[in-house]
Amino acid sequence: MGKTIIEKIWENHVVHQEEGKPDLLYIDLHLIHEVTSPQAFSGLRVKSRNVRRPDLTFATMDHNVPTVNRQQIDDPVAKNQMDTLRSNCQEFGIQLADLDSPDQGIVHVIGPELGLTKPGMTIVCGDSHTSTHGAFGSLAFGIGTSEVEHVLATQTLWQGKPKTLKIEVSGSLGPGVGAKDVILSIISEHGVKFGTGYVIEFCGEVIKSMSMEERMTICNMSIEGGAKASIVAPDDKTFAYLNGRKYVPEGDAFLDSILDWKQLSSDEDAVHDMVIEIDGNKIAPMVSWGTNPSMTAPVSGRVPYLHECSTETEKKSLQRALDYMGLQEGQPITDIKVTKVFIGSCTNSRLEDLRAASEVVKGNKVAPGVQAIVVPGSQNVKKAAEAEGLAQIFIEAGFEWRESGCSMCLSMNADVVGPKEHCASTSNRNFEGRQGAGARTHLVSPAMAAAAALQGCFVDVRSLAGVEV
Amino acid sequence: MSSFKELTGKAVALDRTNVDTDQIIPKQFLKRIEKTGFGQYLFYDWRYKPDGELNEDFELNQVQNQGASILIANENFGCGSSREHAPWALQDYGFNVIIAPSFADIFYQNCLKNGILPIVLSEAEVTYLLKEAATQPYKLTVSLEQKCVCDKDGFHASFEISPYWYNMLLNGWDEIELTLQLEGRITEYEEKFKKRDQASA
Ligand code: SF4
Repeated sequence: MGKTIIEKIWENHVVHQEEGKPDLLYIDLHLIHEVTSPQAFSGLRVKSRNVRRPDLTFATMDHNVPTVNRQQIDDPVAKNQMDTLRSNCQEFGIQLADLDSPDQGIVHVIGPELGLTKPGMTIVCGDSHTSTHGAFGSLAFGIGTSEVEHVLATQTLWQGKPKTLKIEVSGSLGPGVGAKDVILSIISEHGVKFGTGYVIEFCGEVIKSMSMEERMTICNMSIEGGAKASIVAPDDKTFAYLNGRKYVPEGDAFLDSILDWKQLSSDEDAVHDMVIEIDGNKIAPMVSWGTNPSMTAPVSGRVPYLHECSTETEKKSLQRALDYMGLQEGQPITDIKVTKVFIGSCTNSRLEDLRAASEVVKGNKVAPGVQAIVVPGSQNVKKAAEAEGLAQIFIEAGFEWRESGCSMCLSMNADVVGPKEHCASTSNRNFEGRQGAGARTHLVSPAMAAAAALQGCFVDVRSLAGVEV
Repeated sequence: MSSFKELTGKAVALDRTNVDTDQIIPKQFLKRIEKTGFGQYLFYDWRYKPDGELNEDFELNQVQNQGASILIANENFGCGSSREHAPWALQDYGFNVIIAPSFADIFYQNCLKNGILPIVLSEAEVTYLLKEAATQPYKLTVSLEQKCVCDKDGFHASFEISPYWYNMLLNGWDEIELTLQLEGRITEYEEKFKKRDQASA
């Protein structure tokens, strides 16, 4: 029987196998950031341990960083956390994309952008959205701080072999429908835990025709369906994306690498533990209305009615979500008004996302009473967007153009959504309080967020006059 | 790592599905660089009203639930972010066992690494426990050695745990220490794949 790409990468990384134990896997790339690493370094120090491979470890600051006046950090606790990362990196000889580095940005944006992320690798980070890097055909997953410490000390992790799930998205996406809508629609249909215990392989026509940015959006949010990781087999688009990036080998070494990377796909006769088929033609622009990513509907749809719930537990959680979100059962999505718009996060803050949003914004104005901000995923994205005039389009329309970081995705810095305020957000989580105490988050694609900014409510981006989608 | 063998303690019911780590410990408390002291912030937005006053309706705040060490939860507990601050907060508050029909993967691992025992029981068993714990001061005994949960009225449920974690928890072993005993294997692996390694640096 053939092997899946997941099994192939797994087997390439087994350092040690023993009856009654998980496998000991080698880790090729360890990304770290300021929030989930300090206690790991303290743990090393307590036991006088060292970082085994500082050269395979790369750090950035993203969660706490201010997106205006970034050198002036008012919150002393946040400042201490960033200073701690800086001194840990110095002490252990780890490369850091610091606040003044042209490479700084959200960890899952800069990994691929700098070419640190490559096919066939095992990649971990103390961050659940590490699944993003799977778009390049790598096995990438989030870990906790104890595991961060373990990887720092040993460059390995004990891991039980995951089950494999194939999601095949066939057909093609209609105009105005993007990667974010695909993943939101999968989670709205299959729930927030269908992927628990699985690594997902995404394939099919829709995935094949997607850009690397779009694949990253899909893989990024697979964790919201409970999956440990997700992966897309590398192809010519992957290689073209990587060519010439900072940490990608050049010349013959690059061509050699491509030969290796081409081996990375599931064999014809490989069997996945579960298969889900999705018809891409049926996917519409999506908007989340509730307090987890499965509480999502097409923009032309509505919030569910309580009587549609099949169990008491479901009914209770729907009622809780309605109360928190300040919505009525059965309310049409297009009735929901927004006063905040956030375009950013590791899900949708890459150049292509900003292009998609700017297409909608061009020549229009942000609706009165709406605060809209664009937070590029990295300094490199910011620079490129400024160079091709996207920043100007946003600014002229009344958007705020910020420095790179996680920002309003989890609002650890000063970028917060107020209590009871509705926010159209291109991020990945709509949990209670995620964007601020009492904040009401609606997850959407960049184009849909832009459209909401212009209208002050949710609107089908396909229906906007003068917008080519 | 701390070890876990057996515990008899008060159980409290938190009957909500998909409790995410943003609820367990909200982001504003993640800026600290220590592992301790997170208990005071556990379920912060549920425990306290927006004006900072105690929310007396919240399960953990009820008088009969004070001093609980076992949390009975519902489906997909601990979903969302990888923040280990979530188990740190639960443990610091006093919880050493969490029982649910299912857990999110990273959270489950994070519990084990901190000596908290996450127990998966069937939906029917958890439903029973949720009901018992919600209506009376309720005590449970959890034995890792026997891999079972029981109460004084005859409730008895067995659970599974991987042999690896069974031993790690019972003995309170330091995982890194054990891995470092395999350092020779790791070096061997690195030698073998040197070429690939250089290509990635
Ligand atoms: S952008 Fe949001 S989801 Fe992504 S790493 Fe930052 S906080 Fe996490």
